Amino acid sequence: MADVTMTVWRGDPSGGAFTDYVMPAVEGEVVLDVLHRIQAGPAPDLACRWNCKAGKCGSCSAEINGRPALMCMTRVDELPVGEPIVVAPMRTFPIIRDLVTDVSFNYTMARQVPPLAPRAPDAPDGTYRMMQIDVERGQEFRKCIECFMCQDVCHVIRDHEENKTQYAGPRMFIRFMELESHPLDTNDRRELLRQKMGLGMCNITKCCTEVCPEHIKITDNAIIPLKERVVDSAYDPVAWLGRKILRRTKRSAAEADADAPAKTHPTSADGPTPTPTAGIAASS
Amino acid sequence: MPDYESHDFDVIVIGAGGAGLRAAIEAQERGLRTALVCKSLLGKAHTVMAEGGAAAAMGNVWPEDNWKVHFRDTMRGGKMLNNWRMAQLHAQEAPDRIYELERWGALFDRTADGRILQRDFGGHRYARLAHVGDRTGLELIRTLQQRAVAVGIEVFMECKVLRLLKDSEGRVSAAVGYWRPSGEFVIFTAKAFVLATGSIGKSWQYTSNSWESTGDGHAMAAWAGADMIDMEFVQFHPTGMVWPLSVRGILVTEGVRGDGGVLRNSEGKRFMFDYIPPMFAAETADTEEEGDRWYDDHTNNRRPPELLPRDEVARSINSEVKGGRGSPHGGVFLDIASRRSAEYIRRRLPSMYHQFKELAGVDITAVPMEVGPTCHYAMGGIRVEADTEASTVPGLFAAGECSGGMHGANRLGGNSLSDLLVFGRRAGIAASDFAEGRTGAPAVADGEIAAVFAEATAPLERSDGESPYDIQRDLQETMQRLVGIIRTESELTEALVELDKLEERCKVLSVSGPRTYNPGWNLATDLPAMLTVSRLTTKGAIVRRESRGGHTRDDYPLPDPELGTVNLVQRVTTDGQYTLDPEPLPQMPAELRTLFEEDAH
Repeated sequence: MADVTMTVWRGDPSGGAFTDYVMPAVEGEVVLDVLHRIQAGPAPDLACRWNCKAGKCGSCSAEINGRPALMCMTRVDELPVGEPIVVAPMRTFPIIRDLVTDVSFNYTMARQVPPLAPRAPDAPDGTYRMMQIDVERGQEFRKCIECFMCQDVCHVIRDHEENKTQYAGPRMFIRFMELESHPLDTNDRRELLRQKMGLGMCNITKCCTEVCPEHIKITDNAIIPLKERVVDSAYDPVAWLGRKILRRTKRSAAEADADAPAKTHPTSADGPTPTPTAGIAASS
Repeated sequence: MPDYESHDFDVIVIGAGGAGLRAAIEAQERGLRTALVCKSLLGKAHTVMAEGGAAAAMGNVWPEDNWKVHFRDTMRGGKMLNNWRMAQLHAQEAPDRIYELERWGALFDRTADGRILQRDFGGHRYARLAHVGDRTGLELIRTLQQRAVAVGIEVFMECKVLRLLKDSEGRVSAAVGYWRPSGEFVIFTAKAFVLATGSIGKSWQYTSNSWESTGDGHAMAAWAGADMIDMEFVQFHPTGMVWPLSVRGILVTEGVRGDGGVLRNSEGKRFMFDYIPPMFAAETADTEEEGDRWYDDHTNNRRPPELLPRDEVARSINSEVKGGRGSPHGGVFLDIASRRSAEYIRRRLPSMYHQFKELAGVDITAVPMEVGPTCHYAMGGIRVEADTEASTVPGLFAAGECSGGMHGANRLGGNSLSDLLVFGRRAGIAASDFAEGRTGAPAVADGEIAAVFAEATAPLERSDGESPYDIQRDLQETMQRLVGIIRTESELTEALVELDKLEERCKVLSVSGPRTYNPGWNLATDLPAMLTVSRLTTKGAIVRRESRGGHTRDDYPLPDPELGTVNLVQRVTTDGQYTLDPEPLPQMPAELRTLFEEDAH
């Protein structure tokens, strides 16, 4: 077989450049395999993340020929033959080194999601009854492997660092929708979504859905329904009146907000900005 | 001495897979200052790859099921070498741990009446595995991760721990490591430590394990003087991918067989009917017709031999391939395409469908998969007290795969995820109790810290030495060839000689580049643990002159009743020598022994 040329971004926060590596082609390989051979040969310190090598953990996200993809699931023989394969780090996150980026933004946002507050059990033994059709809605979102490629491709934050303080992003929106559709949950996160998570900033270009390796319909099944629910909650006069006069079964946004662990946690986004060195706990 | 960062907690948990997360949640909820330290990003640990499910005798599908049946299945699967008390606690407590996950948000697949659905797996008498399609590990780790965030545990990600250090009284007091992103050193002091570092599989060439499975916890405990047991027992999962070569070893869930898939050789024969061992003959179908009826009627039929415990199936596949009846790429065929509808396969096994489609270009709803054994799980590990997961070193606890005893000579599929939950929680409780009772601030000598730093940075200061990648490759090739699925004395002895050579080469490791996110350097710091666990495995394998569970000796093909009564206990002395002593198994009480006497009829 012919050689494969891999053009890999090498650098650190101070800058970097693309470097070409020419490697013998091996049948059936994925992009990550070639990178591993580069590490074992010409560039032993080439930095990239990976774990499962089977598309299940979401560690090895990168931009391959300009498109976000998992390096472990991108077969070399499915890319254009005879052309260099360009591998760059995800652009939305700060560089640590080479293909490794600081994805702590996502972990900081995850801390602000008020957790599940389950209703009372259905059976005397403390267990619940849920129908398959009802769990399947949430299961779609729980397929998420946290590769953060939807965050990477989202133009609200891709070139707008300033929006990261007020925008949860597609990954967190599907987490909100998962909880919103969870058969056991009693929390109401709609006002939090509207006021602090920047749901309104998404203008439904569906870029996130297109790159999702788990084929989660992020826009259609999570973001759009969330927008509808938030609008209903905030502006529907009947719902407003209902909240005023009827006994509430769900708690208000203020209560839900107060429940978010980030408010009390020492490593929340309220503290100093986490540095890549210490991951999400660096600010303590 | 280089500068370093330091943190102090009550309880430090090392490893953020299922066991580590569960332990940390428990300690935090008990009010202790708890931190979780992990080598990768949170949520990426190897638990995420578990596919089939978590075994728990909830009796949702078969009301006949109960903890005693699960206990019996587990002990028999482990060839009676299990720590009986751990197997009992596991079987008794697993259902509560599953229901707890549901309260924390897990969405398991359901029965028609809305309860948690359970699936069939090898060695389990009843359908017992709570699951979410074939991505149960992801559900488990995400649920625990979200719970850990909700209870406010501090998580230190991408931090490699190098060594555990003890105070003058011999209690573990500090964990010394470095941040992978910056390469800077860090020290965690605490009153109690829980190791939950997972597997050792990366020492083999073909493995389902990720780069992280370098036996860090096993080795750090051994270096700290802890007893290690049963290290010779390494599970080769019968079904890993075999082609393309670059994906060789990646796991194919046992759920394929649980859901109706069968194994065939190149002649199209369901060869497992030729390999039914006497121990399981009474409960295994001897015709294809009976085996096929069993899926719908467990009461009047016996289970198909494809669902024998993993050690039996892996050995059988190995024999077929050696006998010249393998598939084109050196495996056998796993066929579900001809037995279940495409719609059923895609619904029950979505990630297998995806994995084969994208990595091998194979549509598993249309053609059979090619599969073969892959290094998967370490049954042996840190010796712990059954009820507390305390190691033999004060202040040090271990849970999950890095601990030993629970699974004996062979682990049943599905018992790992439930093991993580049951013993992760118990380790969290016991570590909390220990921390609360411990007096004085944890202290370690500066000289010991400096020595750890110096050893770690030595390869960066050397040039023209050995490449860590070369040593890793040679180690993997050695262990695959000489300490693999079928073993023999001469090869095991040769392996020890090879390990000596590799250890010498490790003394002159050199790596280039900076300390910031340098995978070459990171690998160099993983190699000492990989060599230690390889040596423990090989030494145990030499002394266990019998075939039992995951340990098969070509020169001793039968179980030895004498060896069936002992654990092989290994220790690493302070001057780096390895000792090995057989010690009697804990004795099962009479009321539990009666569960096995039923086998007579």
